[in-house]
Amino acid sequence: MTTIERSEVWIRRRPGWAVIARKEFADHLLSVRFTALLVLLGLVALASVYAAAGALRDAAPDTAGASGMFLRLFTVRGEPVPFSFLTFVGFLAPILGIAFGFDAVNGERAQRTLPRLVAQPIHRDDVINGKFVAGLATVALILGVVTLIVAGLGIVLLGITPTAAEVLRLFLWYLVVTMFVGVWLAFATLCSVWMSRAATAALVAIGVWLVLALFGAFFARIAADVISPIDPADPRSALENVRTELAVARLSPVTLYEEAAVALLTPELRSVGLVTLAQLDRAVVSDLPVAQSLLLVWPQIVGLVAVTVVIFAAAYVSFMRQEIRA
Amino acid sequence: MAAPVLVETRGLSKHYGEVVAVDRIDLEVRAGEVFGLLGPNGAGKTTTVLMLLGLSEPDAGTVAVCGLDPARDPLGVKRRVGYLPDTVGFYDAMTGRENLRYTAALNELDPDEAEDRIEALLDRVGLTEVADRPVGTYSRGMRQRLGLADTLVKDPQVVVLDEPLVGIDPEGMVEMQRLIVELAAEERRAVLLTSHMLHQVQEMCDRIAIFIGGRVVAEGTAAELASGLGDGRRVYEVAADVSEEVLAGALRSAFDDATEVRAAGNGRWRVTLPAKAATRLIPVLVAAEVPLHEVRELGADLSEIYHRYFVEATA
Repeated sequence: MTTIERSEVWIRRRPGWAVIARKEFADHLLSVRFTALLVLLGLVALASVYAAAGALRDAAPDTAGASGMFLRLFTVRGEPVPFSFLTFVGFLAPILGIAFGFDAVNGERAQRTLPRLVAQPIHRDDVINGKFVAGLATVALILGVVTLIVAGLGIVLLGITPTAAEVLRLFLWYLVVTMFVGVWLAFATLCSVWMSRAATAALVAIGVWLVLALFGAFFARIAADVISPIDPADPRSALENVRTELAVARLSPVTLYEEAAVALLTPELRSVGLVTLAQLDRAVVSDLPVAQSLLLVWPQIVGLVAVTVVIFAAAYVSFMRQEIRA
Repeated sequence: MAAPVLVETRGLSKHYGEVVAVDRIDLEVRAGEVFGLLGPNGAGKTTTVLMLLGLSEPDAGTVAVCGLDPARDPLGVKRRVGYLPDTVGFYDAMTGRENLRYTAALNELDPDEAEDRIEALLDRVGLTEVADRPVGTYSRGMRQRLGLADTLVKDPQVVVLDEPLVGIDPEGMVEMQRLIVELAAEERRAVLLTSHMLHQVQEMCDRIAIFIGGRVVAEGTAAELASGLGDGRRVYEVAADVSEEVLAGALRSAFDDATEVRAAGNGRWRVTLPAKAATRLIPVLVAAEVPLHEVRELGADLSEIYHRYFVEATA
């Protein structure tokens, strides 16, 4: 009976999810997809920032002394690159989440390691929790590295150092983009629970991402026209139509991310909603404090977290209910 | 004093929709004993095993493993039970040693202690040479042996092996059987294994339950099972130049209706008799002038019993 007595006094060295997260994180770092995505995202980021730096330098005589120059590096686009860094990352970041989640559970099934894993003294949810944490940590690492490289390059290219407020804004944006990727990581994890083949899960996740990213605005337009059609006789209906479109668009995490990112990296932005000409009349262009920018998009940030939580909860519940040898 | 009962089920049942996977089974496995669940694929062996580990919820009945209920205290049970799943999988990119380290970490073992134990286990299953190669390069038999080492990392009181002998070459089979018997005989663990391989089960197991269609149809030592079909009848093989009608007629006129004659090919017949009739078989056949070549008792062979139960259960 010595075995029982000894196991009773074993102290908990590291909770099960942390052991799993550690192993998964190590796997991710050594994987080909980590290197590939880091290089891919790094190149895209460099190209967009290099172009933006060129555009900013050309415009320097007009904008000398303007505030927020450093952040414009991330929000301005320059020829020949078609998008700003902000847009690029918003478009490509979901693939990071998908890449580190699409084979989370079905991969264990395919390797037949799942029964062995859950036969160890851990709770079953430790598996999915640990994997999510590891995926998010990997994604945060890639995004952090890319952002820091780009920021450093910007300092060299433009010769301006960021203010403390700008650094804070960049950091907040970094948190937001990580949360945005968290949505896709959770979704890919859900696919990996539902679909027994990793390839199917990846295709479904990528499909949904592409549809939302490319056609999201289009769907919002159609929905707005159906819900509140424009009555030519009533100018208010046009306003109502646009409001509806915005509300529908905000159901998509893509919109939530874009609004939050733009507001955080553009200090002079006062509103992410509708602004009429009358409201702009005689408005003084000035920068908002960081806290006010944050407050402006707080609902979007909370929305991103909520979407992540809901999708992850769905993955969690499905996984807990599944038979181990399905 | 009898060894403690480490695994006990009472009326354990599980069904998936309309299909009954496990039907009211009662099992008892004691420390130092190898218990074999023998049955064809799809008999519900794996389902039973999963319920013992708390990985599947029983619909009815009780389970106690080391005195714990797997449904209420799954972690306590999983700390004490080593489980080798059928067709065990490993992380192919990791080495054998790394795979075992991961299991040790999940079991909250002290890293230094784990390192020593892993080394000893690798040596025991004969994988020291390849321990630092990725598991992807291992053969089926090596994986199976690594699987056995993996179940022992936590130094379990109960070892559950699901089809441990599948896919192993004959040489490795002997070695694996020796290791399994050692776990019970020398280390006093309770070993529960499932298999559809008769002869190996007969060789390794102290007690055997024949498991067909979700039910335990017979249970006992190999000798107990072999001494009869559970109902006291015995099976003989009769070699004789005779037609089935003549043979069956001769036997039925001498014994009661329980007599059964089945062709076994090559002029051989399988005859099932009530136990009390057995000693009179040869005199009866001689008296009936059956040209007899050979009479052999088959009772000692488990395959006859297994086959018989299997036929009965599926008929």
